[in-house]
Amino acid sequence: MANEILNLTCKQLRDQIADGTVKSTKAVEAVFAQIEKAEPKIKAFLRTHKEEAMQKAADIDEKIANGDKVGSLAGVPIAVKDNICTSFSKTTCASKILEDFEAPYDAHVIEQLNAADAIIIGKCNLDEFAMGSSTENSGLQQTVNPWDADRVPGGSSGGSAAAVAGRMAFGSLGSDTGGSIRQPASFCGVVGLKPTYGRVSRYGLVAYGSSLDQIGPFTRNVEDAALMMNVIAGHDGRDSTSVTEKDAPVPDYTADIDKPIEGLKIGIVPRFNEGASDEVGKAVKASLDTYKSLGAEIVEIDMPYFDYAVATYYVIATAEASSNLARFDGVHYGHRTADPHDYVEVYSKSRDEAFGDEVKRRIMLGTYALSSGYYDAYYLKASKVRNLIRQDYTKAFEKVDCIMMPVSPTTAFKFGEKTDDPMQMYLADIYTIAANLAGVPGISVPCGFDSQNLPVGLQIFTPAFSEERLLRIARMYEKENDHNIVMPPLAK
Amino acid sequence: MSKKIDQQQVKQVAKLARLDLDDSEVAKFSTELSSILEYIEKLGELDTDGVEPLAHCLPVNNVFREDKPRPSLSNEQALKNAPERVDKFFMVPKILDDNSNS
Repeated sequence: MANEILNLTCKQLRDQIADGTVKSTKAVEAVFAQIEKAEPKIKAFLRTHKEEAMQKAADIDEKIANGDKVGSLAGVPIAVKDNICTSFSKTTCASKILEDFEAPYDAHVIEQLNAADAIIIGKCNLDEFAMGSSTENSGLQQTVNPWDADRVPGGSSGGSAAAVAGRMAFGSLGSDTGGSIRQPASFCGVVGLKPTYGRVSRYGLVAYGSSLDQIGPFTRNVEDAALMMNVIAGHDGRDSTSVTEKDAPVPDYTADIDKPIEGLKIGIVPRFNEGASDEVGKAVKASLDTYKSLGAEIVEIDMPYFDYAVATYYVIATAEASSNLARFDGVHYGHRTADPHDYVEVYSKSRDEAFGDEVKRRIMLGTYALSSGYYDAYYLKASKVRNLIRQDYTKAFEKVDCIMMPVSPTTAFKFGEKTDDPMQMYLADIYTIAANLAGVPGISVPCGFDSQNLPVGLQIFTPAFSEERLLRIARMYEKENDHNIVMPPLAK
Repeated sequence: MSKKIDQQQVKQVAKLARLDLDDSEVAKFSTELSSILEYIEKLGELDTDGVEPLAHCLPVNNVFREDKPRPSLSNEQALKNAPERVDKFFMVPKILDDNSNS
């Protein structure tokens, strides 16, 4: 019974809980039995909350038994990245500086999950402050890829991806600043969606790169991503960058999910496929063939400024990070150095003691790029190139309905393989970063395995605020394949 | 643009960023940041004359809300995570010495 429950999708579980076939308490028990079995190997969670989850599940079961109205994720166990504030638990950002921090409020997305009667079962590991591409930068623990214990789960939302892949949650939330949802989704063989910037409120998300960050779901299939988007998308007056219903109405993302897009035109940049490893390129080409067999037309496009996305990102994101992380000063919350001589030491020693290397590196880079004498050469220049990158997408979408490319040049790499060379690690995000600079939505969908049985992801982009189309396009492929139902070895 | 960031510059940036780096960190970051900045130099290949900078991918307007009081965090909630506190206050080392006339 437990395994039968764990193999259900969010939607199947939601429907079976609603009609009384499965109790939410049974689903939570099944998830925690799986956590007991798989979590010691995978280490996706920083904290779990079994007691509270069981209590909430019992409440949902009772409501359903009484015929009371319940939300659209009623009784479904969901995990959350630990840079999203929760009032019921610590929010650490996987950093020693926030190791004991308890947020005084819930993030908007947590309120939305609660309103939908989802069961939040725990908080997931990440690269410290969401800075990284492998989750190796976590200051608290090391998460491994559920497909191979020697390999990284991707990052920065590695814990959220591994929790879903490891069947320890039916869905999870991550955040994506330069690919931090799509790349770990690809490495772990699950679906990961970065919504349009402004589509999901960032209220309660601990800020890293404010003009780039966006919260989104991890799920085992595309339909579940649509279901999660129905819960988290929408306007929130507490986030000044949250787009109003008037400017961009939120549709029901699940309504037409199974309707294929007629006459779909797919844009590809051939050199991107050639730039990926042979096996990644082959899997992506095979998925394009699937679309062709469904009647789609493949159109070659050019995105000349895409090659400058990594350089642009590491100026803009680090500039914003240096500003956002200035709040960690050892005064109001977080780690404080012992016996400081003066107030400057409260700041500088506290920060040096508790931030990890990658966070320091990015703060330094951002401070440098914004400093007097370098601002024009770095930040202003990068802001202009950002505009050119956005124009790449705008021009492409005049010719095609969507753009497809690999998520990452390779499948999941081994621990330590890139840690000695930050630049190599940054280049692992070459295909994901531009979407954050342009603000467009992107999704990673499992599209096969390499010869070492590691998952490969197909990345799809559509114009801003067209997630409904994006999900339908992704679903077209998913219905022709069963990559997403294979259970990773470490989950067994 | 300067491709290399030497150790003196790293120390200066660390001071601005309030990071009390030790010598080994200064040496390490000098090498790493130089390598990253060298990569970033490629932006210089592009002619961006006449291109508007894009600080934000959405058209950003001022967002106003009604100017009326709303509940805020209680004193206790605000102080809950303070590393050091005294009564209703955050505690920090003394900023002015006893002989200061300011």
